Amino acid sequence: MSRNKIFALVDCNSFYVACERVFRPDLRGKPVGVLSNNDGIVVAASPELKELNMGRGTPAFKMKKAIKKYDIHLFSSNYALYGDMSARVMKSLAYFTPNLEVYSIDEAFLELTGINCKNWLQYGRIIKAKVEGWTGIPVSVGIARTKTLAKLANTIAKKYEKFNGVFNLIDHPRFRKVLQSVSVDKIWGVGRRYAQKLQRYGIQNAWQLSQAEDNWIEKMMTIVGLRLVKELREISCVDIEMDIMPRKSIVSSKSFGKLVTSLPKLKEAVSQYTTRAVEKLRLQNSLAYQLMVFLQTNRFRQEPQYANYCSRRLEVPSAYTPDFIKLANSMLEAIYRPGYNYQKAGVMISDIIAMKYAPLDLFLPCYLDDERQPLIDSCDKINSKWGRDTIQFASSGIKRDWQMRRQYLSPRYTTCWSELARVK
Amino acid sequence: MSRNKIICGANIQEIGVLDRKAEISRPLLGSEIAAGFPSPAQDYIETSLDLNQQLIMHEAATFFVKVEGDSMEDSGIYAGDILIVDRSLPAIDKKIIIAALEGELTVKQLRIKNGRWYLFPKNKNYQTIEITPDSDFFVWGVVTYAIHKLF
Repeated sequence: MSRNKIFALVDCNSFYVACERVFRPDLRGKPVGVLSNNDGIVVAASPELKELNMGRGTPAFKMKKAIKKYDIHLFSSNYALYGDMSARVMKSLAYFTPNLEVYSIDEAFLELTGINCKNWLQYGRIIKAKVEGWTGIPVSVGIARTKTLAKLANTIAKKYEKFNGVFNLIDHPRFRKVLQSVSVDKIWGVGRRYAQKLQRYGIQNAWQLSQAEDNWIEKMMTIVGLRLVKELREISCVDIEMDIMPRKSIVSSKSFGKLVTSLPKLKEAVSQYTTRAVEKLRLQNSLAYQLMVFLQTNRFRQEPQYANYCSRRLEVPSAYTPDFIKLANSMLEAIYRPGYNYQKAGVMISDIIAMKYAPLDLFLPCYLDDERQPLIDSCDKINSKWGRDTIQFASSGIKRDWQMRRQYLSPRYTTCWSELARVK
Repeated sequence: MSRNKIICGANIQEIGVLDRKAEISRPLLGSEIAAGFPSPAQDYIETSLDLNQQLIMHEAATFFVKVEGDSMEDSGIYAGDILIVDRSLPAIDKKIIIAALEGELTVKQLRIKNGRWYLFPKNKNYQTIEITPDSDFFVWGVVTYAIHKLF
């Protein structure tokens, strides 16, 4: 617990939309939306699109008429682009402090304790200007003595235009007034249930919550709630979490563009998901032992339902795609039942170890020490140069009519040489 | 024999893949010598060369774009070239910049004269563009290098 810490929460504004706009200056000021998997619903909307009452959750098929009328631009989710732009935002933030917690794809906590600064508002403006200048992604910055308050300051920075995207709560002359303006259900860590409960006891806003009695809070909301209340009192109880461990598991799964019934088609899909997952495994210089395959029907349809999974272990850890595809296909055969309409399948790789800790086995072929590695390295190289799936495993199929719908996909401007932005 | 062979005269095309996760290294000196005697040259191996290090100053702010058209040919920028663009650098007079002009990305030379801003093409078949208060214009980034294929 400390009263002297300083945190900033930096949050990208309409992040997915912003990523698309960086390379399409013509889209500034226009209604822009990014769609979910299979181009289902709007998952990110620009303020202009929200104004047309087509914010998050609007089904894409309902927008057909409006698209022409209002010059709306829709995009399929371009994860390659968003992932890369996110990394750039985080890297530009890392110039300010190594104590950085990447909280989600588009927000990060910075611990600024120890930085000699007399004007935190000004400092926040510098952070904002740097990230926007470097990456083209607009952000909002909230600064305070605790993470909970930094998050709260950020929502204020976003909500009121007059603050120009930066709000500082440190030594704020009207601290009490500010907290009174935030209702309890908007506080980071207060779920809907707790919010309702608190409101029943007459606690409506953040200031009232911060003034509640410790014992009472602990009884109502456990020790976690008490910690949160202390954070509202500018006593820091939650530290920055910097996660440097490799991922414990890698999941690759998607809903199909249309329902799939045949085993060969499922095998193609699962082969491709496996390929993707193992690529990720290699990217983090790791090997894995365990592979799980799962498939399921659409539980929202009035028809026979089936879901199952199967998990098996490799004898030696590997990052060699064919090892995993072979295993995945045999497991798929084991769990596949004919006569169902499958809506989703996927794989999960787990029991991951760093490549340098791979056991060397005298009797079993080791991934690290045979002729297979150059092959797989070449595949990765070719795919990174010429685009994903330039070279692929035959088991992934060629036609792929099960593939997700991504009708409005923008180029991978930053991760594929053949899709760079064009300048005249 | 060491398994680390010297890679010399390697296909330059490979270097083009500026994968930020991979380290592209070219040892300056190799050492394939009989065991026992340390090579006197070994003391001089200091580092290997990484094109990222040479060409990219601010990784997070650096983007690649591809050139279309011939408006900058006199500056040695041709259609099909890849430009390295650093968004962290200030746009000052005479820099080659990527401008967002009327909703399009364009590469031109920035000229600032008497407080007026101009975009200069480097090809006499193209006209200079003056930036006026009505122009839909902002500086997208500053071009630092052009990568041009010579084979």
